[in-house]
Order: sequence, then C-alpha cells, then structure tokens
Amino acid sequence: MALIETRNLCKFYNVGDTVVRALDNVSLQINAGEFVAIMGHSGSGKSTFMNLIGCLDQPTGGNYLLDGISISGLQKDELADIRNRKIGFVFQGFNLLSRTSAEENVELPMLYSHVPVKERKKRAKEALGKLGLAGREDHHPNQLSGGQQQRVAIARALVNKAPVILADEPTGNLDSKTSEEIMELFVELNQAAQTTIILVTHEPDIARFSNRIIRFMDGQVVSDEPVVKS
Amino acid sequence: MINITSTLKIALRALWVNKMRSFLTMLGIIIGVGAVITMLAVGTGASEKISEQIASVGSNLIIVIPGSITQGGIRMGMGSQSTLTRDDAEAIEKECSAVKAVAPVLNTAAQIIYGNQNWATGVYGTSPGILEVKDCGLVAGRNFIDQDIRSANKVCLLGQTIVDNLFGGIDPIGQIIRIKKVPFTVIGILEPKGQSLMGQDQDDVIYVPVTTAQKRLVGRATPGMVRSIMVKAISADHMALAEKQVTELLRQRHRTGSNKDDDFTVRNLTQMMQVAEQSANVMTILLGAIASISLIIGGIGIMNIMLVSVTERTREIGIRMAIGAKTWDIRVQFIIEALTLSMIGGIFGIVTGVTGANILSAVAGWSTIVSALSIFLAFGFSGLVGIFFGFYPAYKASLLNPIDALRYE
Repeated sequence: MALIETRNLCKFYNVGDTVVRALDNVSLQINAGEFVAIMGHSGSGKSTFMNLIGCLDQPTGGNYLLDGISISGLQKDELADIRNRKIGFVFQGFNLLSRTSAEENVELPMLYSHVPVKERKKRAKEALGKLGLAGREDHHPNQLSGGQQQRVAIARALVNKAPVILADEPTGNLDSKTSEEIMELFVELNQAAQTTIILVTHEPDIARFSNRIIRFMDGQVVSDEPVVKS
Repeated sequence: MINITSTLKIALRALWVNKMRSFLTMLGIIIGVGAVITMLAVGTGASEKISEQIASVGSNLIIVIPGSITQGGIRMGMGSQSTLTRDDAEAIEKECSAVKAVAPVLNTAAQIIYGNQNWATGVYGTSPGILEVKDCGLVAGRNFIDQDIRSANKVCLLGQTIVDNLFGGIDPIGQIIRIKKVPFTVIGILEPKGQSLMGQDQDDVIYVPVTTAQKRLVGRATPGMVRSIMVKAISADHMALAEKQVTELLRQRHRTGSNKDDDFTVRNLTQMMQVAEQSANVMTILLGAIASISLIIGGIGIMNIMLVSVTERTREIGIRMAIGAKTWDIRVQFIIEALTLSMIGGIFGIVTGVTGANILSAVAGWSTIVSALSIFLAFGFSGLVGIFFGFYPAYKASLLNPIDALRYE
C-alpha cells in the first residue's frame, strides 16, 4: 500500500465569479521510502498540493489517504494530531521560533504529543547530535548560520519519528554550497532511515538529488518520471 | 493539553521579551488590586470603628426623652415638655422585667474650677445605675451609693479629659472642685471611652447625684423633673420588650388616654448605631465596587496587549499549529500568558494595597483594616480578570488558519 495516495484530488477557490482550479484531479501514489521532488512554476499548484499532503488544508474534492487514513472530513484538531505524528515540515524560511533555543525548538513537536520532559530533552539532544549540532543546543536561531538553522528545522521534523518529511524549498534561502550539504543530508536520511521525503523546488539542480520528479502545471500533473542518475 | 510548566515558561519568556510593555499592562492590575484592597481596608476600618463606638456608648441602650409641647400652634421641639421625673426612672427599674439598669439624667453646662485651673463641660445629674447603663467602669475611687442620692451629697465622678485638664499629675480622689461655685468632692474617675460616633469626647463629663444637680446646679420649677432616662435592657433580644414595657408603664403613670399620643419619646440607641454600622458596610461595598472598576479597566489593558501579541506572533502560532498544536494548546498558551500578567500584577497589587492602607492610616489617621478576605478577593478577582480578558485573544489566535499564519510577515 502506498504511503501517500491521492485520488482525483481537487482544490477550487471562488474568486468573485470565477472558479480558480488550484488543483485539478490529481491522482498519484508515493510509496514509503521514496524521495520525490515536486517542480513547477509559481501558480502551478505545487504549493496547494503540498498544503493538502501536509494536512494543513482540506481538499474540495477527491480523496487523500495518508498511511491508510482518509484525511477528508477530519476536524481541525484531528489534522493537527496527524501532522504531529506523521509529517515533519521543513520550510524555506526555516520557521524556527526565535528567542527559543535550538533544543527547545526541536522539543516542540514532542510538547504537543505529550512526551515526558526528560525523554523530550534526551531525544532533542540526540536529534541535534545526529545533524552535527552537538554543543549548540542552547544557541538561539539568530546565533546560528542559515545551514545550521535548517539543520535544527530538520531535527525538529525528524524528532517525532514522522514517516514523511515535507520540505518546501528547503534550500531557497541558502547559498549553493550549504544547499548541497542540506540536500546530501536528505539523501542520507532517505537512504539510511528509509524516511519518505517530498521536496518542493524550482531548481533542477536540487531536484536531481531525488529519485522521482513530478511536474505540475495549471493544477495538474504534467510529468512524473524517475531521475536517471549519471 | 500541553503541560502547564512548559506553557508557563513560554509565557514568562514572552512577557520578559517585552518588559516595559508587560510592566505597563501589569500596572493597570497593580493599581486595580491595590485600590480594591485599600478601599476595603478603609471601609472595614470604618465599620470596625463604629462597632467599637457602639460598645463604648453602652450596649442595649434605650433612651427616653420628654415629648414636645405645642403653644398656640408653635411646636417647641423634642424634650421641651417636662414630663419625665426621677420617680418615672425608679418605677421603670422596679416594674419593667426586661430592664437591667436605669439612670435618670439631668444635665447642664457648667464652668468648673480646681485651684487656679478652670474648664467648661457638661455636668450630668444621675444615679448609681449610670455606670451599668453606659458599660463604664471606674479606674479609681467608688461609684455613687443610694445615700449620696438621698442626701443630695456634693460628690462627683470625673471623666479622663477633666482629670487631664484640671489636675496636672495630682491624684484627684478626695480633692474639692467647684461646679458653678458649689464645692464637690471627687470620689471616682471614669474609664476612658474615647470619641463617640458623632465625634464628641465621651470623657469630657462629670457625673453628680441627680438630686444634687437639681438642688444646686439646675434651677427648674418642677421638682424631680429629669431631662432624660437612660435604660439598659437585659440583652439585645429584650430590646423590643423593654421598649414596650417602658412605653406602657410611662403612659400609665402619665395617665395618657388611649386616644392620645405619648408625651415622651423612646429611642433605641443601639438600633441607631446599628444603622450607622450598616451604612458603613454599604460604604465598604461601594468603595470596593468603585475600586474594582479600575481592576476591570486593567483587564481591558491586558486584553488589548494580548491582541497585539497575537497579531505580532501570528507566524509563531502558524509554526506551532503546523507542528501539531491543537486548538486548546494555542488557547491555553495565551490564556496562561494573560493569567501570568494578571497574577503577577495581583501580587504587586497586594503589596501596593497594603502599603496604601498603611500610608492612609499614618497620614490621614484613618483606621484601616486589611482583611485576609479582601486580599483573597482582590487576588482571585484579578485572576478571573486575566482569564476573562485573556480568553478572547486566545480564542482569536486558535482560529487562525495555519497556512495563512505561516505566510504572515
């Protein structure tokens, strides 16, 4: 069974009298352990797709099954719970809480899944250590470089052992060398831990780190092909 | 729901980041709680003072005064009729079962002289019963005895103010003072009672036997006439009965026809005092209510700042929601923040209120009493204010859409 499966997924908005078809009958499957890049111009529907996949939004039509659970019709708090347990988010702007230490940022998902304090701290430290941030637990985001901040965000995405990581332009704010480091980190996570990674990007160089590229245009999937590694 | 210590830590950090803003917001609560505590202290102090005065005037007290006379359509006012006599007083004492003690009063103002000192005061002709009626003891000497009354002896009991003004350190007992040029021997000194409810000095009095007063000090035509009769009932429960017995006895003695009005007035002094005490209690509630308005305004300040905070931290809320914060996780976070503001404000407010009450006591000389109840009340109320005014901003935060919130710049 596919980890992520969409059937005729639609998201329509009414803007005045016209209906905007942000996502139009998208059906696809992503299996556990895949590393997928989603590409497309702005307005192609890739962000809408990510919001739906990430359970941040509800579709206006079609079905979405995440790990066998149908997402359609779930309440706000049920969606929050699924996000908490199943999905790790990595954003372009890092989206760490400023004025909060790296460790506390990583603890955040566990705070909402009621992990006891001691275990929370232990797991946060471990996650940061794995990503090469040992010794920087008490640093605040503004004391860390862009690459380090993104690593904290990745640690936060991993710490609740979510099966899927959704990365929305994770290298958009980073220089090319750091971008490469972060992408190698994703590859490693994908290969070593079999974490499913779904990456949104508009840079072909970044997309090439994945194993499968799905292209969106005008709310529809226009191509879906594996990456041929040279 | 997320655990409280973590939330509290988040709240304290958020408040600490905007120290000045948090302090100014708290100031509203500090002033509110402080005002409530100070005002309640002033009110409680006042009613306590009145209770003390009720005790000092004498408890379960009824006072009988003569009625008014009307001459050619002109009403002369209370006490203008000379209808009460010493015999009436004695009859009340003998015949009314609900009465514990009786003292007739025939008073006059007089200049008194001791050595080269003199002093103007009220001289009260009365009987030995006066001490029991007024719940007053002696600090030195002895009370009148019946012999003093029968023989109209020239003896007197002095209040503390008189002692202070006439005798500079000399023991007054056995000394001779002159009242309206008549020499009197001092036989006792009254216990100090302080000011009355109306601000009169209750220690500025001289008691002499009623007979002596009539013969030597008050020139009145009717023999045995007194200006008033003070009656003490057996207990508070016997007040109404005592009043009724006294009225019936006096109507009978004065041969008042059943179709005629009383030629005297019976006043329940304790009742009047209790009315004063009740009005002091009403004042306490009123002061507290007015002060709590400032507490509510402080609460509006909290709501205002929390709304600003929610807007400023939209992105943070978005991140928390994306990561898995549920509706109530977000609400609890902001309510705890508001509650922290109001509770810390409340603690400082208690300090301010107690200090304010003490300053008022020291500077204005008002008696103030800070009760534990008023502290709990003010603190609890400030907590409620925090929850009440924190709820709307928290509710607003929890309604945010995570996608919009994450995109918020």
